[in-house]
Amino acid sequence: MPTTPPPIIDARGLWKRFGKLAVLKGVDLSVAERELVFIIGPSGSGKSTLLRCLNRLEEPDDGSVQVDGIELLSPKTDINAARRRIGMVFQSFNLYPHMTARQNVMLALRKVLGKGKAEAGEIAARALDRVGLGDRMEHYPAQLSGGQQQRVAIARAIALEPRVMLFDEPTSALDPELVGGVLNVMRELRQDGMTMVVVSHEMAFARAAADRVVFMADGEKLEEGPPAQIFGAPRHERTRAFIRQIDRH
Amino acid sequence: MQDFAFAFLNLEIVREAWPILWSGFLYTVALSLMTVPLGLLGGVALALLATSGPRAVRLAAAGWTDLFRAIPPLVLLVFLYAGLPFAGFDISAWGAVAIGFFLNTGAYYGEVLRAGIESVPRGQMEAARSTGLSRGQALAHVVLPQAVRNVLPDLISNTLEVVKLTSIASVVALPELLFQARQAQSVTYNATPIVAAAVAYFLLLWPLVRLVSRLENKAMAGR
Repeated sequence: MPTTPPPIIDARGLWKRFGKLAVLKGVDLSVAERELVFIIGPSGSGKSTLLRCLNRLEEPDDGSVQVDGIELLSPKTDINAARRRIGMVFQSFNLYPHMTARQNVMLALRKVLGKGKAEAGEIAARALDRVGLGDRMEHYPAQLSGGQQQRVAIARAIALEPRVMLFDEPTSALDPELVGGVLNVMRELRQDGMTMVVVSHEMAFARAAADRVVFMADGEKLEEGPPAQIFGAPRHERTRAFIRQIDRH
Repeated sequence: MQDFAFAFLNLEIVREAWPILWSGFLYTVALSLMTVPLGLLGGVALALLATSGPRAVRLAAAGWTDLFRAIPPLVLLVFLYAGLPFAGFDISAWGAVAIGFFLNTGAYYGEVLRAGIESVPRGQMEAARSTGLSRGQALAHVVLPQAVRNVLPDLISNTLEVVKLTSIASVVALPELLFQARQAQSVTYNATPIVAAAVAYFLLLWPLVRLVSRLENKAMAGR
């Protein structure tokens, strides 16, 4: 019998309430190494909250999260050390506006990994090169387009050589003509074998690149499977309705 | 007209009172160099407690701030210097000024900095934490620099007020500019030293006033 390798992300029974509202109702999610998992669902379905539980930006009320063998919710865990292995990209980029692109990438290299200035600068330059911004290193975020800013944000995350990358609606704030550049960078990361969990409405990208699509509604995982199955033959009525609606756009 | 010039703009008196006025000026500069950093220190501490502590700490910080913004600094200073000895605490004039300004000015700086910290989007802290920075590192390198930049005109305005406020140290007999000017006035029976003190304050603070104006205009233009 072939043994499957243990998942690199293993979240179990996640509950999260905001006041009386239960946003996550016992959700499980496991992700294998080098897998690209897409999470889709209507707004308010809890998909962003689920993603944010995977690096403890959101503290689940119940459940467990293991990433790369580290128990994230254990009080004994050094969360700052754990987060170095988990890159995150946000909808609104969240670049530091008072720093150049290169300084944005260098900050954690220096303060978290303890690299010297010269070494951090070189690593940052390589990371920015990788996202196609080698010629924009000394620009401030305000001098860059949204798409370029998001690519700097990706460089900031991958410079730390994370084991997994989380993307929270990475293209939702972008003008349509800038989406392609960001998706290209994500495609390349995928080809390099990065494990990725993506919350996004980019259905064409999901169809083409995802290994697995998870559909969430009302704080629950309703179904999951390969993109062909979820988009072609969804089992659940809510999934069908959601995909019909998305395809109309 | 001649009487006016004799009483207020008497160069002979300025010359005579110069050494004492100059020493007062140096005291005022020294007092400012002590009180501004102390106030900023208290302000940063209060702003951090008011924005990122647990709920009870945040409320305590807000109450503390209200208290020391409502107590007149002159009353506070007199209490520290002349009141506390009744409880057995003898505080030097410098000590009273240091504590009084730490409490009063800290509360004002704290309010300004709190507003600055709250003007920085939450995503900044989240992005920094997501790369493994500790809360303190994220505050120091990401949030505070932006917070200070966002409220820089208010911080400088407040600093202007602090420097002017150092003149209340004259009531605890610290020989700063106003105190020395009054000494000179009573020795010379002439008001010119007071005018000279005002001119000295103006020369000291006018560059800061200009700076605030420029920053405010820039902020308006940037909108």
